[in-house]
Amino acid sequence: MTTEVHIGARFTATLLRVLIPVTLALVVGGLILLALGKDPLGYYGYVLERSLLRWGGAQETLTRMAPLLLIAAGLIVAFRAGIWNLGGDGQFLLAAVASAALAPVLGGILPRGPTLVVCMLVGGLVGTLWSLLPALLKARYGVNEIITTLMMSFLGTSLANVLIKLVLRDLNTTVPQTRSLAVDDRLPRLFGTTIHCGLLLAILAVILVHLMMTRTAFGLRLQILGANRAAAVHAGLRVERLTIAVFAISAGLIGLAGAVEVLGVWGTVRADWNPALGLLVVPLVFLARFNGYAVIGFTLFFSALMVGGESAARRVGVPQHYVLVLVALLLLFLALVEYLDQSRRKSVAN
Amino acid sequence: MNALFTESFLVSLLFGAVTAGLPLLLAGLGEQISEKAGVLNIGLEGMMLAGAYAGFLATYHTGSFWLGFLAGGAGGMSAALIVLYLCIRRGLNQIVIGIAITVGAQGLTSLLHFVQFSRSYPRLPAAPVLALPGLSEIPVLGKALFSHNPLVYLSLIFVGLLTWLFRSTYLGLSLEAAGNKPAALDAAGVDVIRTRSLAVLGTGFLSGLGGAYMANVGAGLFVPFITGGAGVIGIVLAMLARGRPLWVLIGAALFGASLAMTTALQVAGIDVPTDVVQMLPFAVVMLVLVVFARNSMLPPALGLPYIRGER
Repeated sequence: MTTEVHIGARFTATLLRVLIPVTLALVVGGLILLALGKDPLGYYGYVLERSLLRWGGAQETLTRMAPLLLIAAGLIVAFRAGIWNLGGDGQFLLAAVASAALAPVLGGILPRGPTLVVCMLVGGLVGTLWSLLPALLKARYGVNEIITTLMMSFLGTSLANVLIKLVLRDLNTTVPQTRSLAVDDRLPRLFGTTIHCGLLLAILAVILVHLMMTRTAFGLRLQILGANRAAAVHAGLRVERLTIAVFAISAGLIGLAGAVEVLGVWGTVRADWNPALGLLVVPLVFLARFNGYAVIGFTLFFSALMVGGESAARRVGVPQHYVLVLVALLLLFLALVEYLDQSRRKSVAN
Repeated sequence: MNALFTESFLVSLLFGAVTAGLPLLLAGLGEQISEKAGVLNIGLEGMMLAGAYAGFLATYHTGSFWLGFLAGGAGGMSAALIVLYLCIRRGLNQIVIGIAITVGAQGLTSLLHFVQFSRSYPRLPAAPVLALPGLSEIPVLGKALFSHNPLVYLSLIFVGLLTWLFRSTYLGLSLEAAGNKPAALDAAGVDVIRTRSLAVLGTGFLSGLGGAYMANVGAGLFVPFITGGAGVIGIVLAMLARGRPLWVLIGAALFGASLAMTTALQVAGIDVPTDVVQMLPFAVVMLVLVVFARNSMLPPALGLPYIRGER
């Protein structure tokens, strides 16, 4: 009985720690809109209606979640292990280009199912390969991975363009892009909706990553690595191997995100296409405090804001960048609420 | 004809390198001060954007470029105040707050720009140029390096000043101690919180100045996301420079030159994919890291809040 009450109280506390910052962010954001002469209630109402209450919008929102969740899964592995993989954009784009170029060619030889599976695997592999240099430098020589992953990310974005413009270009189009994959050959849609099955894969990946990090011995080793690298060495963990494994899993998942987005939605990659999701997901992962289940909720919230915010620009006259203000406010208030909670507990303990 | 062609090419390349490299230099120097004092300032990009917007607004309304630069510095410092209060005084996570500052500045400046300027897209008149007497008459180099906005020469003086500050002043020593062993600094009777606060305000001022230069001199207008990753490169430059301002200058020159190379090649009508040229500086940095493969020697207390009496 007492444990039930205890669990109930803990659940309420966790819920409050999320709901209070979300409410505060929406209110302060609304005040900013009001100060700029816009109608905040009209805006929030429109975004909610457009992105979640309308069936077409809800499908868009859910489809948009797939790459975000896969990237989040990749970032959670890295961040929990104390490795700051900030090179997501390069890993994502190169994987997207590789799978986009491969799919139409392979589709001529293999049936649809195997083609898609091979392309997704190749995407993951390309992501992993692009993180190999930062991984080796970090594991062997302790070179700061923030620098190396960022450098490789800038390199990768340019390389993706070079590949599209010079090597993999479809000569039948005026704009440089890879050969387009026919709609029927893309990832299968779920139950007559426009949502492709990559979403299920992404949700599965986030949950598996969360369970791996919290419930397995391997995950525990990674958490020790993240908590204290020196202690991990001292405890006899093979820090070099673990570091390389973290990079491989993290970048592989981000690469998979690139493949899924291309195979599921676009069917081709155009030159200079860069959704820059790699860095966009970082705040979401922090908001969720590296928790896999929480990240699903925040991703849903964020992609609803993106989908609603994009058409609100035309309808309500609030540019879509306002969504960024909300994300920033959320980060600030979540950090503040957590801080106040901690100092309250400290004063109670004293 | 050919000689004339190469001269104009060289001038546009070098001139462009200075214009593109200067914001990176200012941001990198700013970040260096923070990192030295043990504060990892991930919000650098946001501080630059705040500076770019504030600087543009001030110059647009007053017509004065100097007021614009001052407002830019103040804009960057106002973003730095958030780091100062939340991270240094209250000990909140520096990475979380840094991301919040960058994302928030991107959103807020885009929103303000949309409300004020999205119909008019106003441009500023050409920024004033100070041709250094004598030096500016040297062929090619004179036009390329010695006929710039006065802020360019001022920034070079900053490099020297910071080198002197870090190396031979009490404040420089305190900054370094705040990053290496804050408890020792505290024991020596110097206020760690105040030292770090000063450092972050310095970062805000310099990066805001860099942002204002980008908007007012480089582009002559403000558009959303105008800094385009310059803050990220600034962070990398500061990490690579290991606390030495001169190395930030060298790095900023390298990145500035390759950014300018893309436009200079287009102007000269040479058909090389710009993406290949854009890869150069990043490839050079990776090559240097692979060849020397050493740790970047960041201060041990980087990113950790200092709480008195806590171990």
